[in-house]
Amino acid sequence: MITKEDVEHIGWLARIDVSEQETADFMEKLNSVLEYFGQLDELPTEDVAPTYHVAEIYNVFREDIVEESLPQEVVLENTEDKQNGTFKVPKIG
Amino acid sequence: MAKWMNVAQIKEKIEESSAEEVTAHYLEVIKKNKINGYITVSEKALEQAKKIDAEGHNGPLAGVPIAIKDNISVAGLPNSCGSKILENYIPPFNAHVIEKLLSAGAIILGKTNMDEFAMGSSTETSYFGPTANPWDLERVPGGSSGGSAAVIAAGQAPFALGSDTGGSIRCPAAFCGVVGLKPTYGAVSRHGVVAYANSLEQVGPLANNVRDIAALMDVIAGYDHKDSTSIDSKTEYQKALVEDVKGLKIGVPKEFFGEGIHPDVEKAVWNAIHKYESLGAAWEEISMPNIKYALASYYIIAVSEASSNLARFDGTSYGFRASGDNWHTMVSKTRAEGFGAEVKRRILLGTYALSAGYHDKYYLKALKVRTLVKQDFDRSLSKVDVLMAPTMPNPAFKIGEAIEDPLTLYLSDVNTCPINLAGLPSVSVPCGFTDGLPIGLQIMGKPFDEPTVLRAAHTFEQSTDYHTKRPQGVA
Amino acid sequence: MVYENPDGVRIGLEIHVQLNKLKTKMFCGCSSDYHDAAPNTHTCPICLGLPGALPVLNKKAVEAAIKIGLALEGEIAEETQFHRKNYFYPDLPKGFQITQYDFPIVSNGKVVIEGEDGEHVVGITRAHMEEDPGKLAHIGSIEKSKGVLIDYNRSGMPLIETVTEPDMRSPKEARRFLDKFRNILEYLDVFDGNLEGAMRVDANVSVHWGTRVEVKNISSHKGVERALLYEIMRQKNVIRRGGEVIQETRHFDEGRGVTLSMRTKEEAEDYRYFREPDLMPMHVIDWIPAIKETLPELPDAKRARFMEQYGITDMHARSLTSKIMLADFYESVCAKGVDPKLAATWTADVFLGELNYRDLAISSYDGKRIRFIHAKDPKIKNSFKVSDMVELVNLFAEGKISDRAAVEVIRTMLDTSEEKTPFQIIEEKDLFKAEDDLVTKAVAEAIAENGAAVQDYLGGMEKSLNFLVGQVMKKTQGTADAKTARELIVKKLNG
Ligand SMILES: [Mg+2]
Ligand SMILES: [Zn+2]
Repeated sequence: MITKEDVEHIGWLARIDVSEQETADFMEKLNSVLEYFGQLDELPTEDVAPTYHVAEIYNVFREDIVEESLPQEVVLENTEDKQNGTFKVPKIG
Repeated sequence: MAKWMNVAQIKEKIEESSAEEVTAHYLEVIKKNKINGYITVSEKALEQAKKIDAEGHNGPLAGVPIAIKDNISVAGLPNSCGSKILENYIPPFNAHVIEKLLSAGAIILGKTNMDEFAMGSSTETSYFGPTANPWDLERVPGGSSGGSAAVIAAGQAPFALGSDTGGSIRCPAAFCGVVGLKPTYGAVSRHGVVAYANSLEQVGPLANNVRDIAALMDVIAGYDHKDSTSIDSKTEYQKALVEDVKGLKIGVPKEFFGEGIHPDVEKAVWNAIHKYESLGAAWEEISMPNIKYALASYYIIAVSEASSNLARFDGTSYGFRASGDNWHTMVSKTRAEGFGAEVKRRILLGTYALSAGYHDKYYLKALKVRTLVKQDFDRSLSKVDVLMAPTMPNPAFKIGEAIEDPLTLYLSDVNTCPINLAGLPSVSVPCGFTDGLPIGLQIMGKPFDEPTVLRAAHTFEQSTDYHTKRPQGVA
Repeated sequence: MVYENPDGVRIGLEIHVQLNKLKTKMFCGCSSDYHDAAPNTHTCPICLGLPGALPVLNKKAVEAAIKIGLALEGEIAEETQFHRKNYFYPDLPKGFQITQYDFPIVSNGKVVIEGEDGEHVVGITRAHMEEDPGKLAHIGSIEKSKGVLIDYNRSGMPLIETVTEPDMRSPKEARRFLDKFRNILEYLDVFDGNLEGAMRVDANVSVHWGTRVEVKNISSHKGVERALLYEIMRQKNVIRRGGEVIQETRHFDEGRGVTLSMRTKEEAEDYRYFREPDLMPMHVIDWIPAIKETLPELPDAKRARFMEQYGITDMHARSLTSKIMLADFYESVCAKGVDPKLAATWTADVFLGELNYRDLAISSYDGKRIRFIHAKDPKIKNSFKVSDMVELVNLFAEGKISDRAAVEVIRTMLDTSEEKTPFQIIEEKDLFKAEDDLVTKAVAEAIAENGAAVQDYLGGMEKSLNFLVGQVMKKTQGTADAKTARELIVKKLNG
């Protein structure tokens, strides 16, 4: 069961502000989904290896060769908040 | 100009007139828009077509227009992913599949609507409003590639690219009466495609017919060194389109016909299977006992990966930024205001599933169940060539009907998401109607055996006329 | 002698090292040569974390990691892979760092250092690959910051994070470890320690075998020693006052020389590690034989060889091999036929001493000329030629200049950037005189300090002369010629 405190905690971990009103809604909806997820508990999996990936590929590399970087003005194109070639954000706090 | 054309007909038209005229025709149809299928219509499409005309029509798709889901980066066009948080984000680079399309001569008409960050099965969670199903404007087109499927059904593009994490190509294909292929994991590069759940998703084609699906695959599939999960299978797709299913062994997994399935859907799929039988294929009923756990496993993995993938949207260097007196509050507000409710729910769910104390209970458990689901597929596909089942248990539902209850919405992926856990190819082809709404047949195959899957789909299509039916009364 | 460790100090280090000798970053083709570049000019969709961009691993980074693992005598993992470490910070463009978690490429290594009581083994728990975040600049100070400016040029630089066992028992041992560790990395040619931000250290420290405290972000070797001295004192004071050391993370304020609390254990982050789905696992153990072939002679082996081959002292061999470039320089000098012992004295004691005094760090050696730059002000740089050292040592050996004159020549050459040979400087400054040379001075001192022996000699005891010669040898650290010393003593005593 996800509690109010859980919602606040994961809201902080995920950096999503959750209002009082949303908290109740999230609790209800997340709990109904988690309850559904709980059906997996009935399946014994002690001896089952996890599948992280279906593709059984190993050793994918690139060579240490320089490729062109983006021009600075292109890098900064998607933001208004810039100063002398850098991205500008509020103090860390 | 005919409203619905296939690629061959378009190429003929281009030779008769010009790529410019064909593109202008599609832009005209788009303008009479009633379905909200596009988020962005490219202002450069006509220019691009003129250039193709000037250069002579080289390339397998020279002058052929295409619509692109709005989570696939096209340099210079917004790539919103259906979200407020990326509303004004314009990528400075092309996705690998876009590079391939451009060098094949394709004309990019625009970017299609989708569930926000591909999280949905109805295209209702888009920040830009829902897309309507051309067969019934009060109904959803399916999702998350709903825009891509709907614009094809509405004649606003001959074909399109979508992405499929748990059914996001096949579901809207089924709901909109078009063909949609989710390729084998690794067959198509994900470079430039905004990740929802990296280990599950693939880019794939949607079209009016199987031949056009294959034509598109021949262009977009293949190895890409920019995607470490890319595999060079050297598959030739159009060559596989032989009209012959004699001796084809079909498995019908009974778990895909679970409770809640619409009787007309069940009937239509069985009719299709009997059609195959009449064409010389053999079928047998099989059992895949772990399929019923696939949905929970799929959602846990998807939301876990998503919670990490979407962490980059923090207002720092691109996208929407809320104000805040320090960076962390700015980020928390940006994400609270920039993401829609369903995206926030999935991020929180994924954060929870990966968090200390719950990682093993949810995330690790889901990965183990994934193994069992995959083993079910391996076992079944060692006995038969393809599996057949309904793509969606029901036809398209009404806009607003399911959106408020996430679990109901999640359950609609029950037949499509198992394929993503196993990384297998699967196509949805039209196989009937109920109350004027299309029904999709799902054909699933072995890894990189798209040729067999497409051959089966093509043969069925050639011997039926479902794919020739068009919705009336849309622009 | 066994070191008692009276305060029960245990120190473990976590060291982030940039593989800045690679041409490109960890997961993209952006050039790693960004140190003098304008901000955000060495970035691309991958290292900016733009949506849809995917990482592809630099093969050379993996090779470098294996090289380091072998040099640390560690085990190379049979299967290794990357994970995501999820946390939010403005220098981290993806909201997670690609790093290694439970499958690090290197584990169970060791480094032998000159400890408090002789050779001391420091265990290496693990070494893993990860990407560097971008660089932040605060508008104003950190405390009164009005905002933060971000440059992602550094983002995605290949890092090796090395974690040691808490085997160091004093700040001095921690510093010795870092010196040795850096030395090994430079021998391997994977790392240039002179570049800004090339090495960053976090330290875990506890006293009386108690609760450990983490001290973050120490940027220099000197800083480590200072931070640890302060932190040990602080913890001892807490205990002395009857308090309890709490598990926490502290930040070292370099300016004030103190550590300040950042966060306690309760506020610890939850990084939600999971396997990076965009990168495939690696099986690289079959690379080991080929990489072993490329391993250079490492500092300990070189030191042993120097003592054997050149007949020099352990102390000289140690300091000459403390920098691969200095060791190479020394060998070039010896190759010109210079007496290796004299070359060792003048290179290790005088030349290196004068460099350290001036805060000059050796930056390159090309076989002919060793170059150095100022540790804090890279505009100050200079060089010294092999041929200069050869000429200087030979002039001294032939007795043409005094030791003081030779030191003066070295100082002059370090303080001016004029291209002059030692001979030219000696002529200009008229340093050709031998009265007060080293041996003469030692003889005078030996006589003055050993009245009894002098009396015995004058009284006819020949053996006492040997004693006085021995004293001269000691004072000159064996550089004096015994025969000359004997003659000088006799001449002086017999008037
Ligand atoms: Mg680290
Ligand atoms: Zn880059």
